[in-house]
Amino acid sequence: MMHIKRSRGEILFNIINYIVLTIVMVVCLYPIWHVLMASISDNVEIMRYQGILVWPKGFDLGAYGVVMQNPAIVSGYINTLFVVIVGSALNIIMTSLAAYVLSRKNFIMGKPLMVMIVITMYFGGGLIPFYFTVRDAGLDGSLWALIVPRVINTFYLIILRTAFMSIPDSLEEAARVDGASHIRILFNVVLPLSMPTIAVLILYYGVGHWNEWFDAMIFLRTDRDKYPLQLILREILLQNTMADSTVINTDNRPDIGETVKYALIIVSTIPILCVYPFLQKYFVKGVMVGSVKE
Amino acid sequence: MKAKRMRASAATAGALTKNTLRSRLRKDITRNYELYILAIPVVLYYLYFCYKPMLGIYMAFTDYTAKGGIFGSPFVGLKHFKDFFGSMYFGRLLKNTLIISGSSILFGFPMPIILALLINEVRNKYFRKTVQTISYLPHFISMVVICSMIKTFVSDTGVVGMLVNSITGGDSSLLNNPSYFVPIYVISEIWQEAGWGSIIYLSALMGVDQQLYEAAEIDGAGRWKQTLHITIPGIAPTIVVMLIIKMGSILGLGYEKIILLYNEAIYNTSDVISTFVYRKGLLEFDYSYSTAVGLFNSVVNMIFLFGSNWLSKRFQGSGLW
Repeated sequence: MMHIKRSRGEILFNIINYIVLTIVMVVCLYPIWHVLMASISDNVEIMRYQGILVWPKGFDLGAYGVVMQNPAIVSGYINTLFVVIVGSALNIIMTSLAAYVLSRKNFIMGKPLMVMIVITMYFGGGLIPFYFTVRDAGLDGSLWALIVPRVINTFYLIILRTAFMSIPDSLEEAARVDGASHIRILFNVVLPLSMPTIAVLILYYGVGHWNEWFDAMIFLRTDRDKYPLQLILREILLQNTMADSTVINTDNRPDIGETVKYALIIVSTIPILCVYPFLQKYFVKGVMVGSVKE
Repeated sequence: MKAKRMRASAATAGALTKNTLRSRLRKDITRNYELYILAIPVVLYYLYFCYKPMLGIYMAFTDYTAKGGIFGSPFVGLKHFKDFFGSMYFGRLLKNTLIISGSSILFGFPMPIILALLINEVRNKYFRKTVQTISYLPHFISMVVICSMIKTFVSDTGVVGMLVNSITGGDSSLLNNPSYFVPIYVISEIWQEAGWGSIIYLSALMGVDQQLYEAAEIDGAGRWKQTLHITIPGIAPTIVVMLIIKMGSILGLGYEKIILLYNEAIYNTSDVISTFVYRKGLLEFDYSYSTAVGLFNSVVNMIFLFGSNWLSKRFQGSGLW
């Protein structure tokens, strides 16, 4: 777009636009910044201080020590890592399988299967029948309940199918002439050519597993040693049930209850905050691919 | 192409091989047997975890007992639906769901569009990238963390809570006051999703024909006029599709955020159909009743989805399908 001369109105608009967008950025970042600064502040000062927090009040990293040594949080971290790693791996395998089958052009059952799958995007059984189904499968009380029942996300499946379909037919035909089986074509031709989309889906699925808490709450119920991190967080931060007694054991640092909560938020969000800037362009790409289909 | 080949072979072979569905299927199975094997786990997954729950909806018409199971419990017809429509909860739940969902759409829907239009006007590439990166970030933070932050900020010692209390003279957390729940819900939702939602409009904006702007420039149209007459019409189809999707889920308000934020003191403004389904079913074990309420919810959702799709086709010429 070329703008040869700019009127005074346009210059004014540009200035206002930059100011507005800068405010948007500050508003997006401030809550996270506030939590970060509070987590490294001194507990007594933070309890007394009220208002906008730009820099830490005092300095004390003790809260992080308490968080790292807490057994519930450590086991939550381990459970979450298991679900993220195993879950995302199975997600990708099953989604690729489905996307491959549904993207074959000379496969009679492709269309009916696609209809069967797309229907589930608009209609489902609802919470209670779903709960019963998972329970009947014997998955409740196990971390597999967080993995198996949602192993394929239909929306992501459509994104991947679109990517598979955009691969030129000639490549597949060449492989078939060489006598390659479908499995080989999937792993040696189609998947390597779709790595950007696969990367997007790993991230979507991974972040989804990392942030998941509702399924864990309804399927794990009282199995506290299987709780993923988010559920532990909920107990400590939102329900305040175990906050000051059992979960956060502040015997050796009784003065630290408030900053521990902030440190906990940071510790549980850090992996996403660290990965995010590098992967941001892929995230966006996935949405674009999805929107092409609409 | 395959169909044409089929038809051609059928014509030459004539009556010899009947081109029935069964013979075509048999041929396809011998040729693509590998694909059939690969499809098995996928089909099983969808049948078991997506279609079996649909059968479970039958529970809504029975009085579920653990002994009878889903299909062996006594059939009671529409009893649970009548109970629900006649109960004191029905009006409140419907009202809350519509108010929360409606205000999310009313205030939340335009935000990503406005943000995308503003970002689109930025010429500096780095500034543009930075705004995008930062505004997408809240989308990836977990609901539990978001709600903890909300709770901290609106508490009587939090930044927002103190500010509001100093104006209104209140002295407790804003989450204890029923009249603040909807604003808290909607504003935090805008904070979380406006940036991420703008991606789709930004990609639509890139598809607008650049020559139109050059032509408009020659005709002497300023930037505002260009936005009004080129940019907005250019992304209108995307806006409509997004609006249909939003309207289709007007009663499908998620329970996660509300369960994390509400408390008994503010049920009268914060309890919605989906949270009620969760409480009745999984906390009070009233399975059949809860399933009936859930079914009512998804039927109304379907009506809204089809309705807005029909309207869009009628007045705009295109819809979701």
